[in-house]
Amino acid sequence: MSQAALTCANIEVDFDGFKAVNGVDLTLDRGEVHFLIGPNGAGKTTLVDAITGLARYTGSVVKDTAEKGAVELRGKKVHHIARHGIGRTFQTATVFENLTVAQNLDIAAGSGRSPWALLRRRKHLPDTVVNVMEQIGLTGQAATPAGILAHGQKQWLEIGMLLVGDADVLLLDEPIAGMGHDERETTGRLLHDIATDRAVAVVEHDMDFMRAFASRVTVLHAGAVLATGSVDEVSNHPRVQEVYLGTAHPTAPSNDMEPADAATA
Amino acid sequence: MSKFLSTRAGTWTGFGAAALVLFGAAPLLLSGFRLGLLAQFLCYAIVAVGIGLAWGRGGMLTLGQGVFFGMGAYLMAMHMKLADAEFRNGPGSVPDFMELAGLRELPGYWVPFASPVFTIAAILVLPTAFAVLLGLAVFKRRVKGAYFAILSQALAGAFAILLIGQQSMGGFNGLSRFRYFFGYNLDDPVNQQMLYFIAAGVLLVVVAVALQLRRSRYGELLVAVRDAEERVRFLGYDAANVKVVAYATAALFAAVAGAIFVPIVGIISPANIGIVPSIMFLLGVAIGGRASLIGPVIGALAVAYAQTALSEQFPSAWTYAQGLLFIVVIALLPGGIASIAAATKRFRREPVTAEAAA
Repeated sequence: MSQAALTCANIEVDFDGFKAVNGVDLTLDRGEVHFLIGPNGAGKTTLVDAITGLARYTGSVVKDTAEKGAVELRGKKVHHIARHGIGRTFQTATVFENLTVAQNLDIAAGSGRSPWALLRRRKHLPDTVVNVMEQIGLTGQAATPAGILAHGQKQWLEIGMLLVGDADVLLLDEPIAGMGHDERETTGRLLHDIATDRAVAVVEHDMDFMRAFASRVTVLHAGAVLATGSVDEVSNHPRVQEVYLGTAHPTAPSNDMEPADAATA
Repeated sequence: MSKFLSTRAGTWTGFGAAALVLFGAAPLLLSGFRLGLLAQFLCYAIVAVGIGLAWGRGGMLTLGQGVFFGMGAYLMAMHMKLADAEFRNGPGSVPDFMELAGLRELPGYWVPFASPVFTIAAILVLPTAFAVLLGLAVFKRRVKGAYFAILSQALAGAFAILLIGQQSMGGFNGLSRFRYFFGYNLDDPVNQQMLYFIAAGVLLVVVAVALQLRRSRYGELLVAVRDAEERVRFLGYDAANVKVVAYATAALFAAVAGAIFVPIVGIISPANIGIVPSIMFLLGVAIGGRASLIGPVIGALAVAYAQTALSEQFPSAWTYAQGLLFIVVIALLPGGIASIAAATKRFRREPVTAEAAA
C-alpha cells in the first residue's frame, strides 16, 4: 500500500534572504521508512519545521487524511497541523519530565478530549496507551517519572506519544542520537513496525543505521534535493559522492557523514 | 503521610481536620479582634491558592493579582456604599464620599450595583472575563516568562493609578466606612463572626476546586504546558487555552477574596491592590511552596501573620525581613515550606515520587 500520505511541493524557507530550504519536493509514502540525510545546514530540520508549522514557507504541503481527503497544511497553526496526523520529535528528546510515562502517553492520546473529560480524574488508562506502552517496551516503567528514564527510553516514549495521538506521518529528528548498539537495533525495528500503516521520515546522520533500515533515502544539500531513491541508488549517485567528498564512497571509518562543505552549519 | 492524603479517605480526613480547626478551634480560642485578623488572612490565602495554580502548576508568574483582587473588592464596595446611602437617604441617594466631593448625581455605572444579585454576578463574571480576554491576548502571542510577569505587574500598577484618579471611585482614599453587608450590621460581633465563617468556607471550597483541577487530566496537561509548552502544541493542543483556564481560575479566586475582604476589613483603597500588595500575595505562595496545594495557604497565612506581628513591634524592620525571607526561600528552598518533607526524604536517600518532588 504505497500511498502518498504527505506531499511537499516546491518548499522554500527564507531566513532574511538566506534560503535554508530552496524548492524542495518530497513525498512520504505509507509503509516506508524514509531517511532524510545531508550535511549539516542542508535544511533537513528546517524542512521538518516548515511541515509542522514552526517555520514560514512558500510552496505547499498536502496531507492525505482519512476524514477530509487532501488537506493543505500551509498557514495552519502548529496544533492544527498536529491534529491532522503529523507528529514530530526533536533532536533532544522532549518529554514531560515531571509526569510519569503513563501520564505522558495519556496526554498525547487526548488532544481531542472534551473540556468535561479533561476536568475529571483519569479512571483507567485508554487501551491505545496500554498497547503503545507495550510496543515501545516501557510497560514496566508506566509509573516512572519520564525525567529519570534512560536517554533511549525517552526517545521511545516520544515516539510512543506520537503513536497514541494517531499521527500517521511521523517526522523523527535524529531518533538514535546517543544510543548504544542494541538500542539502535531496537529503534530500527520499532520504526519498521510502526511504518506498516504510517509514513515515517527520519532525519539522521548515522550512515550504518540508514543503510540497515531505510526503505527510501532523500539526500538534501544546501536546501535542495540532491537525489532520491533506494540506498544503493543514492550511494552510487555521482553528485552525492561529490558532496560527501573525502568519503566519496560512504563506507568511511567514521559513522558520521561529515560533509566537505558544511559552511552553513 | 502524603501517600495517605492522596487517597479518597485521606482527602476527606484532610478537609475534615481543616474544617475542625477553622470552624471549631479558631472561633473558640481567638478573641473577636484576632478572629477578624484571621478572616483577613484567609482572604489572602484564597488569593494564594489561585496563584499556586497559575504559577506553581501553570508556570505563569502572576505578579499582578491585585488587579483581580481589587476588581472584586471595588465591585463589592460599590454595592455596600449604595446600600448605606439608601439606608440613610432613600433609594438613588449618593454615597457620603461623593457628597463630600461635590457629586450630586450618581454616575451611570454605579446604578446597577444597588442590586445585590447583580453585584454578586458581576464579582463572579467581570474579573474572570477580563482575565480570559487578557489571557487569550497574551498567551496566543506566546508572551511568557519574565515578559508576562512584568506585564501583569505593570497592569496592577496602572490599575491602582487609574483608581487614584477616579473621584467617583473614592480616589486615593478608596471606599470605606461601611455599615451593612447585605442587610447585616457590621458593628455586630455576631455578623463579624459570620464573615469569618464565610471566608473560611470559601477557602475550603477554593482548595477543593484547586485539588480537583490538580488531580484531573487537565491538571496533568497544565504541568505539561508548564514544562514543555512547545511539545504540547505539537501534540495537537492549543497551549494558550490550557493556560487561560488556570489564569482565569486564579483571577476568579482573587476577585472572590477581594469581595469578602471589603466587609471584613472595612476599607478598600488603591494601596490595597497595587504593585506592593500584589508582590505580597506572591511572597506567601513562594514561601509556602508554589507547586503544592496547601503550601500557598500556609505561606500566605504565615506571611500575613508575621507582617502583623512584626510590623507592630518593628515597623521599619519588617520590610527588610520580608525581603530577606524571600531571598532565603528562593535560594535555599525553591519548593517552599511544603518541600521540606521531600527534601529530608531526599537527604535520607529514600526514593522520591515525581509528585512530591514537583
